[in-house]
Amino acid sequence: MPAIEMTEAAVLPADWRDFLALTKPRVMSLVVFTGLCGLLAAPAMPPFALGFTAILCIALGAGACGALNQWYEVELDAKMRRTAKRPLPDGRMDRQSALHFGVGLGAFSVILMGLATNWLAAGLLAVSILFYVLVYTVWLKPRTAQNIVIGGAAGAFPPLIGWVAATGRVEALPLLLFAIIFLWTPPHFWALSLFVRSDYAAAGIPMLPVVAGLDNTRRQVFLYSLPMAGAAVAPWPLGLTGPIYGVSAAILSFVFVVLAGRVLANRTTEPSAMAAEKHLFAYSVFYLFALFTALVADRWIA
Amino acid sequence: MPQPDDELIRGRQRGRARVTALLLGAFVVLLFFITIAQASRNW
Repeated sequence: MPAIEMTEAAVLPADWRDFLALTKPRVMSLVVFTGLCGLLAAPAMPPFALGFTAILCIALGAGACGALNQWYEVELDAKMRRTAKRPLPDGRMDRQSALHFGVGLGAFSVILMGLATNWLAAGLLAVSILFYVLVYTVWLKPRTAQNIVIGGAAGAFPPLIGWVAATGRVEALPLLLFAIIFLWTPPHFWALSLFVRSDYAAAGIPMLPVVAGLDNTRRQVFLYSLPMAGAAVAPWPLGLTGPIYGVSAAILSFVFVVLAGRVLANRTTEPSAMAAEKHLFAYSVFYLFALFTALVADRWIA
Repeated sequence: MPQPDDELIRGRQRGRARVTALLLGAFVVLLFFITIAQASRNW
């Protein structure tokens, strides 16, 4: 049995705050926001209680992903400064509790989604949870530098699920929203991994900067930002949104590409001198919030 | 007189029981509103 399971966590019940920490609330906020925007941008609005439940289920599903990810990666988390203080590597909780919590939360979120909205939304939620846990966490993350590219699909589901929860149908606009987040994920995570790559290297995770080098990663960050910008602007010329979204998306995406260009031009190897990478990472979070806010504003104002 | 460790364990159990009770209460309220919304659903 690993030493980590022989700590006081074996006898002392974990604090409820540690269960909350297991759900990665900060990551959850972005997932909830994009899911809510998918729901609000849909042409049909469900009653408040059902819309609220749909978003709650998306949040609980994301929480289940966080818990199962931490259950599976406890040894990796213990090796990285950024994650060493999480409940499992810090010995504040036993692994079995985390597993039971994650599986229970995931199953509960899917069943509640199906009963409250429709089973297509519930099916998509189940696929997104399984995709994140099995395809990304267990299969791709420890094996390939392209982990983020395919794994990004898991984070792209929430607006699609929100839309389907409201309408019961999969349509062109939510598929484009899926594509935007899917293409946004690699530059977002690779910008981060450029300046925390020593953490990933120490944990043996094959993130792109670790296995392919800094210049190659910077080139990939820039290259991915181009189709991402195209996907972000596309709903406007396709007639799926109005000018409020179209103009906002064009300006926001232009700034994104410029910042990605600054990352491409940067040659430093010192994390402390990676201002361009840190700016892009911070802006990428703002970008997604602003883009989806513009989408909802376009739907409700125009 | 309980040991400090016992006190800590009881404290944790009390905290978890309170949070569980709150969540179950919230779930019952949510189910009530879901049922009302489903019953009057014409969207």
